[in-house]
Amino acid sequence: MPTYSFSVNGRTVTVDAPADLPLLWALRDRLGVKGPKYGCGIDVCKACTSHLDGKAINPCVVPLSEVEGREVTTIEGLADGDKLHPVQEAWLEQDVAQCGYCQPGQIMAAVALLKTTGDPTDAEIDAIQNVCRCGTYFRIREAIKSAAAKMRK
Amino acid sequence: MCDPVANSARHADSGVSRRRFLTFLVAAPTLTLATGLAPEAALPANAETALPGLPQPADIMDLGEILILAGTPTAHLLVLEVTEEGEAHFELPRAEVGQGITTAVAMLVAEELDLPLSKVRVRLADARPELLMNQLTGSSNTIRSVYGPVRRTAAAARARLIAAAGAQWGLPADRLVTRDGAVVAPDGRTAPFGSLTTIAAKLSLPDLTVTPKPESEHRLVGTPASRIDARAMVTGQMRYTLDLDVAGAKPTMVRRPPTINGTVRSVNNEAAVRAMPGVIDLAVVPTGVAVMAETFGQALDAKDALQVTWNGGTVDTLSDADIRLRLRAAALPFVVPPLLTLHLDAEFDFAFVSHAPLETNSAIADVRDDRAEIWAGLKSPIVAKQTIAAAVGLPADRVTVHVTQSGGSFGRRLFFDGALEAARISKAMRKPVKLMWSRIDDMRHGRARPATHHKIRATYALGQVLTYEHRVAAVETDFRHGLGEMLTAVAADLPVGGDLTFAQTVFLTTVKVPYDFGVVTELLSEVPLKMHTASWRSVYSANTRGAEEILVDELAKKMGQDPVAFRRRFLKTARQRAVLDKVATAGSWGRAMPAGFAQGVGFHEEYKSCTACLVEIDARDPKTPRVVKAVIAADVGRPINPRGLEAQLLGGLTDAISTTLRAGLHIDKGLPLEGSYSQFHYARQKDSPSDVQIFIMPAGGEPGGAGELGVPAAVGAIANAYARATGRKPRGFPINFDVDFTPFPR
Repeated sequence: MPTYSFSVNGRTVTVDAPADLPLLWALRDRLGVKGPKYGCGIDVCKACTSHLDGKAINPCVVPLSEVEGREVTTIEGLADGDKLHPVQEAWLEQDVAQCGYCQPGQIMAAVALLKTTGDPTDAEIDAIQNVCRCGTYFRIREAIKSAAAKMRK
Repeated sequence: MCDPVANSARHADSGVSRRRFLTFLVAAPTLTLATGLAPEAALPANAETALPGLPQPADIMDLGEILILAGTPTAHLLVLEVTEEGEAHFELPRAEVGQGITTAVAMLVAEELDLPLSKVRVRLADARPELLMNQLTGSSNTIRSVYGPVRRTAAAARARLIAAAGAQWGLPADRLVTRDGAVVAPDGRTAPFGSLTTIAAKLSLPDLTVTPKPESEHRLVGTPASRIDARAMVTGQMRYTLDLDVAGAKPTMVRRPPTINGTVRSVNNEAAVRAMPGVIDLAVVPTGVAVMAETFGQALDAKDALQVTWNGGTVDTLSDADIRLRLRAAALPFVVPPLLTLHLDAEFDFAFVSHAPLETNSAIADVRDDRAEIWAGLKSPIVAKQTIAAAVGLPADRVTVHVTQSGGSFGRRLFFDGALEAARISKAMRKPVKLMWSRIDDMRHGRARPATHHKIRATYALGQVLTYEHRVAAVETDFRHGLGEMLTAVAADLPVGGDLTFAQTVFLTTVKVPYDFGVVTELLSEVPLKMHTASWRSVYSANTRGAEEILVDELAKKMGQDPVAFRRRFLKTARQRAVLDKVATAGSWGRAMPAGFAQGVGFHEEYKSCTACLVEIDARDPKTPRVVKAVIAADVGRPINPRGLEAQLLGGLTDAISTTLRAGLHIDKGLPLEGSYSQFHYARQKDSPSDVQIFIMPAGGEPGGAGELGVPAAVGAIANAYARATGRKPRGFPINFDVDFTPFPR
């Protein structure tokens, strides 16, 4: 079986697995990185949203072979030690989460948006497709706006 | 009134037990029943007054109260521990699925103990059969049922800690106070709780009487608090069932039949699938073919590669059109003929709706010859334990069932089919299994809110509504998760008599018309179909009360009145009118809107709480309407955590947006067509309003139910706004329900 080396949250890892194994299962079942969640497996619900070289991806449809030598960041790698990312802070301030299952993906999607769009409009926030079955969207929107404002300062 | 049972910790992790010094069993709780039954204000005696109606069963005793009554004999078996670190650990016999009950209960404990909220831990109790009927999470019942018992339990702990400090200092208890996790003497000496637990547990206090704090002294309860698990959630540290590391439990998935309840006739390529990369084992179980692999990715590939010949299921020939016909035929006739009086008739249809929690059905099971251990999100764990024990051939006391916090429920986790299936697979494979359902299976073979048909007739004359009849026909809702036992246990006290089914009892104790509409009858008839159904947030009320709120708007129009003014006039109490007035004022009811936009309003009352919802909709394109603004007010009697309550109302709003406008399941030849969120159109950010205001009315009584409250009023408000914006009368839900996708293969 082929071997793939890449970085996960700043740590270099090596996984011995089939080339077409989705990254989600390499993370969860082989590396014990449980933050990214399964919700659909076909890039629809976006619960597993993480970053590959800083850009949002959905590991449920990214084959392991595509991440060789690259940098994967999951929700676990977002904070700097105990110091939370401003988006995580905003999530706490707005008390966004209900069941919490989709929230790692929501946060990673929001962080990716704010990297390219410092002051997102409502329409730009609308473009985030991550499903929240608890229906926390309004608080997500408020948290993104509040984080964006803080990050611009 | 309390007996300490020192060191009675009975957990497997016994290394911790020596630290658990105070475990209280508070005896003889009193139950506060049925407060606020009478209308709080007599109706003004003027010509504008509506004709008062008779109380309906749900006015006399609602389902939540029935469940409290059934749980009363064991309401004192709550376990609270104060550790030598000065923390309070409370074991909650309910399921946290996102509704915020662990936070609200932690607040009650912190308040009563004068302990910082950060020092309170709440864990979900394992299945505890000795609780009998007091471990079911449903009917918006958690806070209502534990509000008194939790406070009494914590008050007992506080009294013992004070007595312990008094004994140490030689001071009477009435001169000591508690503050910030310590007992404080008049001279300023303090003793942290952690330093008192040993003495507190040993004291003999036969005369100790315990009274919870008066609510007027609450400083934490009633103020907004953030979830106690929020940080774990935003850092990816929250552990759901599939995130648990149980030794040897390997990823397992099941290949399921092409129609609901189909069974395996033969597996035609077992050897080839067993030879696939990573595959560990394969077993045929009653629900399909289970495959275990090293990773879920490989288990998914392997189950998709299986070639299986199937036996038929239980509803193979059924499709939506047949179901609708059967529902229409089942609806009971009206009593009042439409002759001579002015009347309004309307009929409504609601599609099946998937619960679709984001965490799919999942469970871990380790079944051995002499014992079994289960981990799953379970709202009915005692029945789960008993059923699983029977299925794997073990005595119930050899089966340990752990309740894990789960990623949403909306009624789904009342059923334990995932845990039962995992146990069967573990027994068949003789290995621990970590079972995950695919999203497609979760939507197609999971559970759903049953489709319903409604016909309503109202007669009116001289400005009064004279009669109001609502006939509901529903595909049978499965309540076989212990509810029947609970209703049987309190049968003598039920506010309904005669030969009613459990479903009719649930219907009549949850649904009521909040308006003075003269002679009111609401009746349910069911069509039993062998499908997987379950209560869905607000049970019958989302559809039944949603349809009624649409009819109320149409009746107002017929009678020449504004929808808000009409509701004001016919609502029964000042408390009801207050929430309606709040949204009408805050939402600027009646303001001018551009063409294609409109406001809509809805009201709902259940479980001693009431709410009003006002929305604004953009329906310039009737095929892609969007709710752009929502104003909600709720009176829940006594809010524990207003911030969590607002979250529940926000969730109810999103549920209503989804199910009213776009989200439903099409049943086609024995299987739902929808298999993912790309097909079952639950709302996303683009469907959600960017302006939401929620008002929680001040406390004025005991806590009412709140977890399901938000849905029905919002269904009515959205449908009414759509009707006003488009000029169309909505009759079928979801309103836009095309098959706009290519279904996945069966």
